[in-house]
Amino acid sequence: MDLNTITAVAHPQTRMQLPVWTAGDAWLAGGTWLLSEPQAHLTRLIDLTDLKWPALTITDSHLSIAATCTIAELDGLTCPPDWLAAPLINQCCRAFLASFKIWKTATIGGNLCMSLPAGPMISLTSALDGVCTIWKAGGGEQRIPVAEFVTGNQRNRLTPGDLLRQIDIPISALKRRTAFRQISLAPVGRSAALLIGSLDVDGTLNLTVTASTVRPIQLSFGKAPDANALRDAIAQQVTDELYHTDIHGRPFWRKHMTFRLAEEIRRELLETMPS
Amino acid sequence: MSFEVNGNTFAQQPRAGQCLRTFLRELGHFGVKKGCDAGDCGACTVLLDGEPVHSCLIPAFRAEGRAVTTIEGLGGDHGTHPMQQAFLDAQGFQCGFCTAGMILTCASLNQAQRTDLGSALKGNICRCTGYGAIEDALLGRTNVEASVEAGAAFGRSLPAPAGPDVVRGKARYTFDAAIDGLLHVKLARSPHAHARIVAIDASDALNVPGVHAVLTHEDAPSILISTARHEKDWMDPEDTRVLDDVVRFIGQRIAAVVAESEAAAEEACRRLKVDYEILPALIDPELAMTPGAPIIHPDRTTANRMADPQRNLAAETHGEFGDVAAALATSAVTYEATFHSHRVQHAALETHGGLAWRDEAGVLNVRTSTQVPFLTRRALSDIFELPIDKVRVFCERVGGGFGGKQEMFVEDILALAALKTGRPVKLEFTREEQFVATSTRHPMRVHIKAGADASGKLTALQLDVLSNTGAYGNHAGPVMFHSLSESIAVYNCPNKRVDGYAVYTNTVPAGAFRGYGLPQTLIAIEAAIDELARQLGISPYEMRRRNIVREGDPMLSPPPSEFHDVLYGSYGLDQCLDLVERAMQADVPQPELSPDWLIGDGIALTMIDSAPPAGHFADATIALSEDGFDLTVGTAEFGNGTSTVHRQIAANTLATTVDRIHLRQSDTAHGGHDTGAYGSAGTFVAGKATHAASMQLADELKAAAAAAWLCDVGTCVLEDNAVVSGVRRMNFTELAKLARERGQPFAGSGNSAGTPRSVGFNVQGFRIAVNKGTGELRILRSVQAADAGIVANPMQCRGQVEGGVAQAIGAALYEEMVIDAEGRVTNPKFRDYHLPSFADVPRTEVYFADTSDTIGPLGAKSMSESPYNPVAAALGNAIANATGIRFTAPPFKPDRLFPALHDKFGD
Repeated sequence: MDLNTITAVAHPQTRMQLPVWTAGDAWLAGGTWLLSEPQAHLTRLIDLTDLKWPALTITDSHLSIAATCTIAELDGLTCPPDWLAAPLINQCCRAFLASFKIWKTATIGGNLCMSLPAGPMISLTSALDGVCTIWKAGGGEQRIPVAEFVTGNQRNRLTPGDLLRQIDIPISALKRRTAFRQISLAPVGRSAALLIGSLDVDGTLNLTVTASTVRPIQLSFGKAPDANALRDAIAQQVTDELYHTDIHGRPFWRKHMTFRLAEEIRRELLETMPS
Repeated sequence: MSFEVNGNTFAQQPRAGQCLRTFLRELGHFGVKKGCDAGDCGACTVLLDGEPVHSCLIPAFRAEGRAVTTIEGLGGDHGTHPMQQAFLDAQGFQCGFCTAGMILTCASLNQAQRTDLGSALKGNICRCTGYGAIEDALLGRTNVEASVEAGAAFGRSLPAPAGPDVVRGKARYTFDAAIDGLLHVKLARSPHAHARIVAIDASDALNVPGVHAVLTHEDAPSILISTARHEKDWMDPEDTRVLDDVVRFIGQRIAAVVAESEAAAEEACRRLKVDYEILPALIDPELAMTPGAPIIHPDRTTANRMADPQRNLAAETHGEFGDVAAALATSAVTYEATFHSHRVQHAALETHGGLAWRDEAGVLNVRTSTQVPFLTRRALSDIFELPIDKVRVFCERVGGGFGGKQEMFVEDILALAALKTGRPVKLEFTREEQFVATSTRHPMRVHIKAGADASGKLTALQLDVLSNTGAYGNHAGPVMFHSLSESIAVYNCPNKRVDGYAVYTNTVPAGAFRGYGLPQTLIAIEAAIDELARQLGISPYEMRRRNIVREGDPMLSPPPSEFHDVLYGSYGLDQCLDLVERAMQADVPQPELSPDWLIGDGIALTMIDSAPPAGHFADATIALSEDGFDLTVGTAEFGNGTSTVHRQIAANTLATTVDRIHLRQSDTAHGGHDTGAYGSAGTFVAGKATHAASMQLADELKAAAAAAWLCDVGTCVLEDNAVVSGVRRMNFTELAKLARERGQPFAGSGNSAGTPRSVGFNVQGFRIAVNKGTGELRILRSVQAADAGIVANPMQCRGQVEGGVAQAIGAALYEEMVIDAEGRVTNPKFRDYHLPSFADVPRTEVYFADTSDTIGPLGAKSMSESPYNPVAAALGNAIANATGIRFTAPPFKPDRLFPALHDKFGD
């Protein structure tokens, strides 16, 4: 929709050119959320396009995803054959409530910064041990794991003027076997629980709970848990107040779906293991 | 900066915060539609460098240097893109408002996406079709019949006349008109559920550059009205002012700002200083009649057509035939339960709104999105004390209605603004305004008691209904009465009792909605029939056969009605039951499902009167011209397909082809009267007027030929665009010339008073699976049989059924407006109000009963609202059959089903 209070758009090309953050400013990445709601408190958009951050960079140790990388760009990445986790990318993209048309515009950074419980790029990057790089408003950088970046429903560690620059995913995480489960109130609705499991080479089972909880919760099992151990661990670490409630799912149901999907993941990853 | 759209370069510059959607429309590309303006519905889809995007989410400046293609440019120089042609062949649209975005999206899908349409099309909402015809388009199926011989149009699947314009983005909807000097209206709305406005300080608002006027209750006529539009004003209470000094729900309009731009009007709204005296608010309808409850309309009396303002009662009814209590006490089996139907929104993709201006002749013109142009003209004439011929209300194509546009939510403000400023004005609601400030379905609590004897004969039916009409009583009474009418009249039962209350609360008003109260009571009644049958070990089909009215049986619902004009013009309920039972028994492949999935069947039936009571009027005129016939009707086209049907009726009657019938519609300037396109009247009532006019013209033509030939008019017949008598033949072109020579055209006029009325029937069957571990529900089969008399246009009628089923599946499984303790709608956007998308809607098998109505035009009867009515009830019955648990409160979402499933089945 038209943002009728906007009077100016800045187009910085370098970090040096970023304007001094002022009340009424907003970063404009894809804009798919920004333009989807009235923003009468805003007067200036700071367009990140001309910073021209490379969308995806693969190094020996990391996949670096620019905050401005679109969902479609990430989904289109041709992953090396030994990235066993590659299917997770498309699985998480498909978990968007929004369609492929929005994927062309919406960005990974935007999804993280919205910090909705159902943000599927939060699920993806937290499950793959992603680390955020934040350009601090006052200068300098801060690195923080995605799972800690999001602190609650639409809450995160950014302070005014901070800018999420990129998310780095360790290659080792991309080489894990993974399992993905998602449920919502409608066949292609917003995620009410989205769980991702992965298995390290050393046999560690990692479980990331998102969507059903207000922020990502990660559980790790050095020793393969049985159903009861998994259940107990979730019950202990995902306390009732962490379950999210809104029109997309009541907490009682989200909690039970969390247990159910976690158990499905445990079986998929552990019970097919060669003994 | 320059912009390229459809190969043309534009030098105009967008505003800093402008989105591409409005920029394209300002450049004249009206094919780009606004459904939600928030990226959820896809109506604004355009191609950016060949890739589909939602233009409402794209900052306009980002289109610089890129190629934009809108629906108008998709066909390129060849005119019609193959996907546009596919949508024409399959008629993959009804109102057509989503069609531009749907076609652009479909045209962009790759092979993989075309094998997974549920996912590929989740960003495109169609509220009308139920997606069946859209899938047909993608599969290359042809649903329309190319052409039929003269005089044989009726009963054939002829395409909608607007089709070519719809698929090319040329069909003009309400806002698709450019007017010079247009001012924009925005409404300031109340943040309080109940308050008195002490003062409004508009000085800051008036200082915003470009603001022309701020209109408040002090500027508005004090006349009391209802936003509801009915032929008879007595049907609705007088409880509403154009602008009031008391607000009764969050979102009620308190002032209208008229400004050079929407931006200025919005800014002025924000700068209004309103001093409120907060009043106690009543949110819970259960408390409305309790002593001490806040009174919402304390200054009104029964003279304002309210049942009892001091008890917050908009309407009430009580009646009993026989002795229900005694019958229940001696029945072999009984059932008693309470059902709650929730609040849902029409979600027509075109929002309410319109344009208004006063022309040189002093006529106030209102171009608006309405189902009722003539009744709206009458209201404007009353409110502003204008002679009726000084008000013109019209619509071209309307982007969906579903009952929501049988109201006046914008036209009075438009008129006020146009009259006060002397300028043309526009008001276009946002999607959020649709949710918080128009109308909804009436939420109802229905308590039912029912009994049957050992043979399965009903002994008693008792309903106690509490309907929540919200802050205003528009449609409160008629919806409540209707909910208690055909729903129980369809069953023979010696003892029936009803008690109904429609109460005010400080919430967004409820109003007319497809089904008009019947779905809310059917869910209780059809459950009771099933539960009694289950106790007796009788099948749901057989139980209904033992109790439904048969042709000739009195159709009774207490208290006795003053309208005795409902007749069996035809009867096909027995056939509908048979058709559904046979289809449901057919051997079809079942998907592989894990043992967690519980499978069950459910059915429900509905009867509907073919027009509203107390008169529903339509005039039609038709005249012969040299290139065919000019047919003028008042009824509006909003996807209901009546434009197609009226042409078919006329073509049949006049032995011609539909391409020779030129239709003008829904404009009070054309003269005559039309009560409106509601109550399923577009074919049954207005179609009769068209038929009568055509018959009269046919007689005139025959008489003229007979006079020329000096033969007996009785020997003349119409045949293939000509009058024929024996070997003599005079074609219509010659007759038109004759008329020109004699200086008097051949013309016919007809009218219909909507009485007597007939009855139509629908039976819905579902096979569903419920996952006992998650609460998820899958529809495995959906079957509906409809008794529509002679089906005027099988393709369109199937579309009405499929669309009705889809909309009702939305209400039964997903859609829900949530109102918090303060009375605020908490989810006024599509992403939080899940409309059925392609993935949510199964294919429905549609069957038609073989009947011919003796009252309706050419044997046809209504079929637009009623396919919606039995769906939630049938789903409730199927869930009960699958799980053994009776759920009584839709929407049947997984998180609602889960607790009871968990209790019963464990982890």
